[in-house]
Parts: sequence; structure tokens; C-alpha cells
Amino acid sequence: MIEVRDIHKSFGDTEILKGISTTFEKGKTSLVIGQSGSGKTVFLKCLLGLFTPEKGQIIYDGQSYTDLSPDQKRTLRSEMGMVFQGSALFDSMTIGENVMFPLRMFTKQSMSEMQDRVNLVLKRVNLADAQKKMPSEASGGMQKRVAIARAIVNQPKYLFCDEPNSGLDPRTAIVIDNLIQEITDEYNITTIINSHDMNSVMEIGEKIVFLKDGVKAWEGSNATIFRTENEAVTNFVYSSELFKKVRRMYQEENE
Amino acid sequence: MTYLHNIGAYFIMIKDMFRKPTRWSVMKGLIFKEIDDLIIGSMGIVAFISFFVGGVVTIQTALNISNPLIPKYLVGFATRQSVILEFAPTFISIIMAGKVGSYITSSIGTMRVTEQIDALEVMGINAINYLVFPKFVAMMFYPFVISIAMFLGILGGLAACVYGGFTTVEDYVRGVQEDFIPFHMAYAFIKTFVFAFLLATIPSYYGYFMRGGSLEVGKASTTAFVWTSVAIILSNYLLTQMLLS
Repeated sequence: MIEVRDIHKSFGDTEILKGISTTFEKGKTSLVIGQSGSGKTVFLKCLLGLFTPEKGQIIYDGQSYTDLSPDQKRTLRSEMGMVFQGSALFDSMTIGENVMFPLRMFTKQSMSEMQDRVNLVLKRVNLADAQKKMPSEASGGMQKRVAIARAIVNQPKYLFCDEPNSGLDPRTAIVIDNLIQEITDEYNITTIINSHDMNSVMEIGEKIVFLKDGVKAWEGSNATIFRTENEAVTNFVYSSELFKKVRRMYQEENE
Repeated sequence: MTYLHNIGAYFIMIKDMFRKPTRWSVMKGLIFKEIDDLIIGSMGIVAFISFFVGGVVTIQTALNISNPLIPKYLVGFATRQSVILEFAPTFISIIMAGKVGSYITSSIGTMRVTEQIDALEVMGINAINYLVFPKFVAMMFYPFVISIAMFLGILGGLAACVYGGFTTVEDYVRGVQEDFIPFHMAYAFIKTFVFAFLLATIPSYYGYFMRGGSLEVGKASTTAFVWTSVAIILSNYLLTQMLLS
């Protein structure tokens, strides 16, 4: 479980995060949503320890990140998996080498054990035959799946995904969303996804935190987001014609 | 203030380069790759430039010696001194600041832009050690490149001398051997090690700490070249003052 208590983060005179508190539970897929510029990526990078908040605490299973020594922080980070928006695959390595990388860095497994584990996770993301390819030879959806495989290969306790289905077609985006949710259930990990994709919200949003201008404007789930009267949320959710139509149909059904 | 900040951050990066080392089994491969990219990959251009600049130095010297009282072997002597003391260590290092320096800055900078460095940091890896240390170790083989540059520079001078008809092979070889001071070689290699350190670390600093997109990668490469060249020229002056005067 990750507990966030009143975190503040500024860049120069601009305050990006203005006191956010929430919790992310183990075995659940949590989504952080909001418009571009609402502070989602900064929030995620604070959780990952890439940015240090000026104020507030982030507690990982009872351990406050700010109280840890640099070595303890590195150990904690080795328990995190991250899927970056642009996949961030190492372009000098093959897909197989990318996935094996965390194992080579953090485990004492033999080459055959590592290879077995790589085969297993690549099979899990339906890329068993792509090991020898370079990342540049893979499609956007394949690169995302490789990034997921790399993130889970070392059996992390926490999985973070920054807009995992941006730039993907709707069908592939759903495949990626479902894959993340299945992995979260299967490995019982704490998963946090940054997104502004309403399809993801509907598919996998077991918990949803809505950010607006650096504050938490709303918190709920995919079951409650369509019923909320919170103006900031409704403006965001029903900004497209499709969802306006869905809302009208939903209201008509209930009348 | 920005200069002071950059100098401070540069030295912190140097310190971090030796902290929390990457596993040897991984590091070994990275070092061999960097030796291939930075050292072996530079041999062609260094050989080409050294041979022809050595020839030009010889021609210029020969053409400027019009006094019949000055012995012809002086052409070989002047070429040797120019190549060993300055041309090979300093001039080649400036060229390498462009070739190797821009490669280092752009490769690390691109990793920054595409979040590959963030990925390393999220995994708990000391990204500075992982990225900069192999380049530093690879550049410790740089004196080998300079040795080749010295040899080919003098050889280029010989070729120019003979084919240009400025002096005989015997005179040239005699000049190359005349009044040889072994410490000049030590001086040249001490400089080379210092330049190698600067060539590995200054471009790495500009690549690692860059912000922005692909345009900024290009700007960072240019800035890295400028400051590496400035650092090489300044350290060249200081070392010459300390070691030869």
C-alpha cells in the first residue's frame, strides 16, 4: 500500500502540487486522471522518487520515503516497476536484453534462470517471438508490452504506468489496460496509472483520483465517476460528444 | 552564478561516478562497447588527420628554411617537436572533443530525452556510474590513439619530405632523432591523460543534465564541444607551464 500525505511540489515560483493526500491499495489498479497540466506526471514522479516534494510524506508499506537513506531508497526503487509514456526502452539492447536488464542488475540468477524468466514474462505479454528484435523494429503497442514485461520481470511490489496507452489505437489500448489489470491481480501488486483516457477509466479504474490544478478534486471508482455531481469531474469526463451521449442514455434509462 | 553552479554540479557528478558501482558482469560489457565506440571508432579519422597534418607541418617548415646555413635535418627535428609536444596531444584532442564529445553528449542526452535515464534511476541504478564510468575507463586508452597519431604525424612528414623533394630520408630521420629528450614524451602523455579525463566527463555532464527535447540535445552537444575545448586549452597552458618551464 502507498499512502500519500499532503505533498507539495514547486518548480521556481510555480506550485504544481498543492497538498495531495490519498492512499493506493495493494492488489488494486488505481488511476490518477486529470487534464494536461493538472500535475499528474509530477505526482507520479514524486511517488517514484524522481522528484522530491518540499512538504509532505509518501509512505510505502509503512516506510516513509523521505526518512530512508540513499541506499534504502535504491533498494525500495528496485521493488518498483515503471512503464513510461514513451516506453523508455534501452535502444542499444534487443527486446530480450531490455527485459533481462533488471535481473542482470539486481539478481544473482544464472543466465539460464534469467532466460527462463524472460521467456515467461514475454510469453505473458504475448511477445514470445520478439526477443531478438530491436525496440526500433517494434510497433508502439509492442514497445508498451515490452515495457510492461521489463517492469514486472523482477516481481515488483509497486507498478507505475505513465499514460500507458497514449498514442495507441483503441483496440490495442484496451489490450494494454487489461494486461495491466490482469498482472496487478496475478502478482497482487500496487498499481498506479496516470491517464486521461476515459476508456481506461471505465475498463480498469478500481480507484480513481482526479487532479485539477495540483489539488485532488475528487476520489472514487469507475462505478461512481459517472454518478458524481462534482463539476470539475463532469467537465472532464463529459468533454467529448460520445460521453455526453452516454450520459444522456444513462439518465434516460434511470428515469 | 550559472558557471559556479555548473562547476559544482560537475564535481558532484565526478564523485557520483565512483559511488555505488554497477555490477562487474554488466560493467565489463559496457566498457568494451565504449572502447570500441570511442577509441577504435576514432582511429580512422585520427590516422587520416595525423598523417596529412604531419606532412603539412613538414612542408611549411621546409619552405620557411631559406637560409643555407640552417641544416636540412632541422625539418625532421621541427616536425618531431611539433607533433609530439603539441599537434598529437592537443590538436587531436580538440578534434576528439568534436567527434567523441558530441557523440557522448548526444547519446546520453537522447537517453535523457527519451526517459531512459529516468528508467535507470527508477530501477535504483546509479545512472551516472552506469553511463559515465565506462566512458571514463575507455578514455584511459586514449594515449594509445595519441601514440598512433605521433607515429603517423612523423611518418606523414617523412612522406611529404621525400615526395616533395625538400630533404632526403636520411636527413629527415636524423632530424627526428636529434636532441631527443625522453621527458617530452612523458609530458605529452601526462597531458593526454588529463585531456582524456576531460573528454570523457565534460560531454557526459552536458548530456546527463540537459533538459528539453531533440533541439536541446544538439545545443548541449555544441556547448559540450565549446567547454571541452576551453578546458583542454586552459589545462594545456597550465600543464606546459608546470612541466616544461
